[in-house]
Amino acid sequence: MIHTPRPISEEWLVDYAAGAAPEPVAVLVDAHLSMCPESRALAARLDAVGGAMLERIEPAGLSAGALDRALAALDAPLPAAAPPAPAAAGRIPAALLPYTGTDFGALAWKPVVKGVEEVVLPTRGAPTHRMSLLRIVGGRAIPDHTHYGDELLLVLEGGFEDGRGHYARGDVCAADETVAHAPRADRGTDCICLAVTTGPIRLTGGWARLLNPLLRLRHR
Amino acid sequence: MVPDSQAAALAAHVRDIAAVARFQDRAAFARLFAHFAPRVKAYLLRLGADQGQAEDLMQEVMLTVWRKAPAYDAKLASPSTWIFAIARNRRIDALRRDRRARFDAEDPSLLPEAEALPDRTLDAGRWERRLAAALDELPAEQAQMLRLAYYEDRSHGDIAQSLRVPLGTVKSRLRLAVAKLRTMFESDR
Repeated sequence: MIHTPRPISEEWLVDYAAGAAPEPVAVLVDAHLSMCPESRALAARLDAVGGAMLERIEPAGLSAGALDRALAALDAPLPAAAPPAPAAAGRIPAALLPYTGTDFGALAWKPVVKGVEEVVLPTRGAPTHRMSLLRIVGGRAIPDHTHYGDELLLVLEGGFEDGRGHYARGDVCAADETVAHAPRADRGTDCICLAVTTGPIRLTGGWARLLNPLLRLRHR
Repeated sequence: MVPDSQAAALAAHVRDIAAVARFQDRAAFARLFAHFAPRVKAYLLRLGADQGQAEDLMQEVMLTVWRKAPAYDAKLASPSTWIFAIARNRRIDALRRDRRARFDAEDPSLLPEAEALPDRTLDAGRWERRLAAALDELPAEQAQMLRLAYYEDRSHGDIAQSLRVPLGTVKSRLRLAVAKLRTMFESDR
């Protein structure tokens, strides 16, 4: 049976629809939208908020000849067709392909802790934001941690449980500085997530706390 | 504008987009330009573009309106919503030099649509008139969050920082605002 994802929290869709989402957040929301009809419906409604605002905005003065310039441009030949947007490769959402390519196995996975590997996916701008793929071996967990900003985990394969709920393909687990959790992958299958953080995570459990200075370094 | 003239203006924009799509009607395009170009430019100026950038990007947006008119579907969005989305996306593309691939409806990884989503079954025009009224009824602090997001390009994290309001407060205000709008959508079914 296909899992029907739960919709992402409204504030992220507002950021997205308003065009205010930083690149990593926009990519994650895009990928989630491709898997979640309910979020797609709400995102379309939030576009309409932008439309209503466009109707209310105080119109700006245009430069002299703006309409003539526009009319003259109508006859210009179409630019060479842009390369077609990449189609989704199997189960990888199209929004991720420019960052990950079609084969997750070919990426340079780096171990984080036992049973958890990560690939950082560079994005433009937003130096405070970080996007990566995480692979958690079935039954293993990301050590107990909290966050200095927001953390979004979009499940791409498998599933995990973090004490607050279970997350499967298409679901987004959102956590901020008020949340401490230790996502544990379901037994039997590896869990792959797209992770976006807006600040370093802070490990809270025992010996793992010693890794914190290291994580802050890795963040930048 | 009284609602009736708003509805008439909206219907006229829909007809003009159809005339552009079917007959490459330049007079219809000029009417759309007269209404939307100054608004699109104002929107881009608000987001921090300078006069020259706003003018150039506005020209690109209106050219996109001309070229994409055949794809416009009045059941899915009003003309202002459609043009807002074009302007927002053109601006993001300009900032990111087109690296980002937006999801598209043909994506085979898409799940089937949920049945009878309200935005598929409603006449967009009627819906958006109610939206405009609902926006007026939002408490000031919730309306402010939406204004900052849409008009000043602030993510909810930025809003929390610049207003020195806890992140959780910004989130709950945005969620309340969306919940109010949602109530309106559901009651309209």
